[in-house]
Amino acid sequence: MNRFKIAFCSIVLVAACFWLAVQGYGRAKTYYRTVQELLADPAGQQGKSLRVGGDVQQGSVQKSPEPLRFALTQDGKTLPVVYVGTEPLPDTFSDRAQAVVDGTYDAEKGVFLAEKIQAKCASKYESKGPRTLSSFQPPHQPEGQPSDRHG
Amino acid sequence: MADFGYLSLTLALGFSFFALASFLIGYFSKREELVVSGVRSFYCAGGWILAAALAVVCLLSRNDFNLAYVWGYSNRALPWYFKVTALWGGQAGSLLWWNLILCVYAGFALWQSYKKDRWVLACIGAVFSACVLFFTLLHLFVADPFAQFHIVTPAGEQLFTPPDGKGLNPILQHPAMVIHPPMLYMGYIGFVVPFAFAIAAMATGQLGNRWIKTVRRWTLTAWLFLGTGIMLGARWAYVELGWGGYWAWDPVENASLMPWLCGTAFLHSVMVQERQGMLKAWNMVLVICCFLLSIFGTFLTRSGVVSSVHAFAQSNIGAYFVTFLLLLLAVSVALLTLRWKELRSSPPLQSVVSRESSFLFNNLILLCACFAVLWGTLFPVLSEAFTGEKIVVGAPFFNKVNIPIALVMLLLTGAGPYFAWKKTSAGTLKKNLLGPAVLGVFVIVALALLRVRDVYALICFGLAYFVIHTIAREFFKGARARQAATKENLLKAMWRMSRRNKRRYGGFIVHLGMVLIFVGIAGNAFQKEGRAELGAGESAVIGAYTLQLEKLKETENSNFLLQEAFVKVSDASGKPLARLKPEKRFYKSSEQPTSEVALRSTLKEDLYVVLADSKPDGKALLQMYINPLVNWVWIGGIVLILGTLFAMGSEIGKS
Repeated sequence: MNRFKIAFCSIVLVAACFWLAVQGYGRAKTYYRTVQELLADPAGQQGKSLRVGGDVQQGSVQKSPEPLRFALTQDGKTLPVVYVGTEPLPDTFSDRAQAVVDGTYDAEKGVFLAEKIQAKCASKYESKGPRTLSSFQPPHQPEGQPSDRHG
Repeated sequence: MADFGYLSLTLALGFSFFALASFLIGYFSKREELVVSGVRSFYCAGGWILAAALAVVCLLSRNDFNLAYVWGYSNRALPWYFKVTALWGGQAGSLLWWNLILCVYAGFALWQSYKKDRWVLACIGAVFSACVLFFTLLHLFVADPFAQFHIVTPAGEQLFTPPDGKGLNPILQHPAMVIHPPMLYMGYIGFVVPFAFAIAAMATGQLGNRWIKTVRRWTLTAWLFLGTGIMLGARWAYVELGWGGYWAWDPVENASLMPWLCGTAFLHSVMVQERQGMLKAWNMVLVICCFLLSIFGTFLTRSGVVSSVHAFAQSNIGAYFVTFLLLLLAVSVALLTLRWKELRSSPPLQSVVSRESSFLFNNLILLCACFAVLWGTLFPVLSEAFTGEKIVVGAPFFNKVNIPIALVMLLLTGAGPYFAWKKTSAGTLKKNLLGPAVLGVFVIVALALLRVRDVYALICFGLAYFVIHTIAREFFKGARARQAATKENLLKAMWRMSRRNKRRYGGFIVHLGMVLIFVGIAGNAFQKEGRAELGAGESAVIGAYTLQLEKLKETENSNFLLQEAFVKVSDASGKPLARLKPEKRFYKSSEQPTSEVALRSTLKEDLYVVLADSKPDGKALLQMYINPLVNWVWIGGIVLILGTLFAMGSEIGKS
């Protein structure tokens, strides 16, 4: 009898947790899309919360007038993004950074309304491709001149 | 030096393999001398791992940029202490660091058990050497900290020594980051010792209560380090990342929370086994899960399988970890099946209303939380595998599930200690709990009348009162009883009484710490945020604070460019409260900006100011948050650590 009671309580407990999980899932799910998928089927994204990742296109960041606008590129496709969130931008957000944006897609205007931006360090950090000697030479220095600051 | 390091790793590989072989052969052929030689070669392997780690530190401090690792995580301008900590700044180094801590733990455990049962020694030795062997293989073949720097030229790949390194990631250049990763790793890895003893107990068939005492002590140690690491990480995120919070349900954070939850469950259910000899199989499974979750956490952090903003590492290392995890799982499951009958032969639970079953429910809830976190973390991977669509569940999912779970936990924290072993009568429960419960409800009503409008936060405050009341009464009751006999003053009596039963009262202190943490978290429901673009002399208002920008100043040193906003904070009546100086730094070597948050911190609330941006016209964009009660999270964390140390005092005294 007691075994039954304990099992019953345990099942109720676990079921309650499961129910919570299902509830939470319904509200919190965000679909991961590539830029290409998004542009291929803009109408199908209506009302869904989306997450898109890509690189911030060089020179595309416009800080003023507010709101912030930039373009996200992935495999040659470009997605215009408007930042509508309230949190300050992450420090790592800059030209060429890898960024992940959460928000919704406005199919009529063809812009992504980002509520949240996460970014990973740009430039030197996660440099892709092979390392070459040129990346270690200072840009504005004619060859043969010493670059020693102290000298 | 790099060659020496590589040679050390090769030797460590040899010794750990030899150790594994001698432990296994010694165990199966029952030859003690082989077990002894296994221990010796394990110590040699550990010594060479230490040598390799020292070599990395030495190379880092000598600026040997012809090594890819040194180039990637250090530079000339980096202060010396960050050069040392760059050992765990990147993939290859932090795996080496993992291995080193593993060797230290294992060394201690082997030394402690050396004079005891030889066959248990052989089993734990085999587990340790297998782990060291696995990580040493990773160093040598996947993430070599001694790999040399190559560049691509028209003539093919060639060696090159860059003039300077890329530097340590600026957001890791913070004091909390110096101790956070070691603490976290000591937590993760600490679970290897309980796991080894569990395997040994199952292999040798000595399933009695002796192994469970040792395991409890080691689990407590690991749990303490892991908890401290998590708290430090939260504090670091709070002061360094500049988004006003300290926990984002990021996969890497979740990775550290899961073994902690599982360890918490074990520390409770182990008491049932100690006192009543029940739940043997359950405890065994928990110990195994703790370690598997630790390895899994390392895998999540290190492989980049789930995209995370602070998974700094991305590599092909995942496959190795999955193989290792499956291997560990297979061995554990095989041994569990072998001993299942003996493990199950414990007395059954007798009543729903008893201490045992309250621990059982506590365990179920903790594991549900753990599973929900696991599920949410892995959801993108699972959904992609099964539906082809990558779906992410974010913070709302974790909050939705875990807040109610946490509230039930809080209720059990207060009520649990009043359930008696075997069976409790409703009368005693009513006598003990009715008073605090009624007053808790009173707290809720009073706060609701004071316009506190968040339901979860209200329940949390009510329950917090309930738990604190029951804990305080325990201390007073014990002290009064002692006073009656000894005529000491109240505080002295309380101290002496607590010292006589450190486990019990240490446990209460840990509970108190947990309650304070929950109160701090509940304060988050009342967070306020605002942003303002201010020119010099202009001011903005948030909550009861007025912030006036005095000036924006730019300076420069060898490591970074610096922008400082000088902000004067005053209250509604104009009385000055503080001067804050949020900064923005632009690190030269990494070309990355970081924000340094400015805080005005009180027990009631934090004013949190970030210099989000500076405009060309000299205006500063300030992001401001008011975080009520957030300090209680840190205070609770400290109480939790002190309580654990106090409870551990009894173990050290006995051993």
